[in-house]
Amino acid sequence: MSGDPVIRVEGFTAAYGGNVVIDDITFDVNRGEVFVILGGSGCGKSTLLKHMIGLYPPASGRILIDGDDIVTADGAKRLAILRKIGVMYQSGALFGSMTLLDNVTLPLEEFTDLPEEARALVARMKLHEVGLSGAEGLLPAEISGGMQKRAAIARAMALDPGILFLDEPSAGLDPVTSAGLDRLILELARGLGITFVIVTHELPSIYAIADRVIMLDKRVKKIVATGRPGDLRDRSENPWVRQFFRREAASA
Amino acid sequence: MPPATRESPEAVVRALRRPRELTLALDGRFDSHTTGGAWREAMAHIAGADPNDAVVVDASGVGYCDGCGLGLLLEIRRRRPDARIAGLRDETARLLARFSADDFAAKPKHAPADGFVAAVGRATAQTAADLVAQVAYVGELLLALFAAVRSPGKVRWRDAFSAADAAGVGAIPIIGLIGFLIGLILAFQSAIPLKQFGAEIFVANLVSISLVRELGPLMTAIIVAGRSGAAFAAEIGTMRVNEEVNALSTMGLSPVRFLVVPRVLAGILVMPLLSLFTDLAGLVGGAIVFRSLGFPLVTFVNQISTAVTWVDLSGAVFKSLVFGVIVAAIGCLRGLQVKTGASAVGRAATRAVVSGLVLIILTDGVFSVLFYVLGI
Repeated sequence: MSGDPVIRVEGFTAAYGGNVVIDDITFDVNRGEVFVILGGSGCGKSTLLKHMIGLYPPASGRILIDGDDIVTADGAKRLAILRKIGVMYQSGALFGSMTLLDNVTLPLEEFTDLPEEARALVARMKLHEVGLSGAEGLLPAEISGGMQKRAAIARAMALDPGILFLDEPSAGLDPVTSAGLDRLILELARGLGITFVIVTHELPSIYAIADRVIMLDKRVKKIVATGRPGDLRDRSENPWVRQFFRREAASA
Repeated sequence: MPPATRESPEAVVRALRRPRELTLALDGRFDSHTTGGAWREAMAHIAGADPNDAVVVDASGVGYCDGCGLGLLLEIRRRRPDARIAGLRDETARLLARFSADDFAAKPKHAPADGFVAAVGRATAQTAADLVAQVAYVGELLLALFAAVRSPGKVRWRDAFSAADAAGVGAIPIIGLIGFLIGLILAFQSAIPLKQFGAEIFVANLVSISLVRELGPLMTAIIVAGRSGAAFAAEIGTMRVNEEVNALSTMGLSPVRFLVVPRVLAGILVMPLLSLFTDLAGLVGGAIVFRSLGFPLVTFVNQISTAVTWVDLSGAVFKSLVFGVIVAAIGCLRGLQVKTGASAVGRAATRAVVSGLVLIILTDGVFSVLFYVLGI
């Protein structure tokens, strides 16, 4: 992977109240790579993701997106940073009063000058990409959790941002849909150069798509391993990391 | 013919018209921010082209092309299935190959809208089902309340006191302010006509009887319905959305006993007390006006003690108690009726207030007739 960092996390510490969750970590995410954040339950993966997208300010440190600090940016500068990213939340977070098509069309309506027919077509293409053709007119309450998740990915991709953050995208999906989603992620990353930052536990997905993985350990509150998933499984010097991959691989 | 050019720094469409052929040359970056103008221009050229002319899209100048750019190419294919797209980069061609114009030929299906007859039928069935649910709910609530009286130890008193604190103590400032102002206004308004007959002294009687018998309980119930009835509906509605109510049911716990009874008991506890507080605040307001009319406060107290009896006060307390049950029970019912979604929680809060107000006024009317017949 080329060393062209699109995201730089520097000296980052996250804390809730006085309770430090992640302690002084630094890493880069390179442009066009599929970057996976991994770790045991409660190690702060989703916390890290939420800080990276600017939802919470870190206790200390900087988060640079294309060289701009999302923590200190405000006004137009912050909006410009936010337009470079798309986020899929763990629960989907679709707007319940809108159809799936309206959910995906919303960012296109607000941030582009595309004519109405174009917005509708692009939104339908996004839904088609995640396998939701035919469900455009349904409300989120009328579809399953897995479908909601896929619709949320379609919404996150609506403006084709350069960076997509996905929080547990495969959880709750059947293996076929999950594999289809993996293929989509790879095509978007390789075809359009989109950078993916993904929090997931699904080892088959990680082996299929991840260019690089970081592993957080809640005992030390730091990154304990960085590398390709296969290398970490086979050659990591940290026994917990090897155990993590092998044990989950064995049960997967 | 010279090419028609749209000046754009990023996404450019040039139309080249030759005999029997229209060539659209696309140049630049086609993304969500740049494609809008290019889209309109390309569609205008396609619409203006002779249907018998061939359409060629020269995409050799296309650099970055994301979903919007792909949408443009797909729309050209949709409008002119015979269009030939040439010069597309391999990676863009691969992404475009994921879509077929046929996939988007039909309009997206929406749920069919009801006709008039179907809408009336659906509304009637909904109302009937709502009534049945309300009767069942009232029955279940009464049983749960009787069970609470028989076994007070099984009541979740901590929840009840917490709800009473939120609905009661938290409401004191607004209740005090509204009660004070109502007493003040009543006294001022009544002083004008009574002065014509030299009967200003009866301002005290009018204010005290109005407040104690009617306005105190009624205004308190209205404020609590708007404040706490809506809060109960939103709280329980959110629990429904989060499947917490389902979790209770599957644990074998009755949502009515667990969630509704504590809140109804809180309503029974705080509504009479708040009503008395409204009376007190109103009387203070009335006393200020009465004093400004030149009467000593002792006269105000004497007039009240002759005008308002213990029967009036007991009737008002009982009425408040019933209002407390209504406000809490209807708020919880609307919360339990939520199915999914944030908007459903909002609707539940609105319905809790509206239903609460209607039921309060209806019940107040029934009490008025009853008190009249009983001569209270």
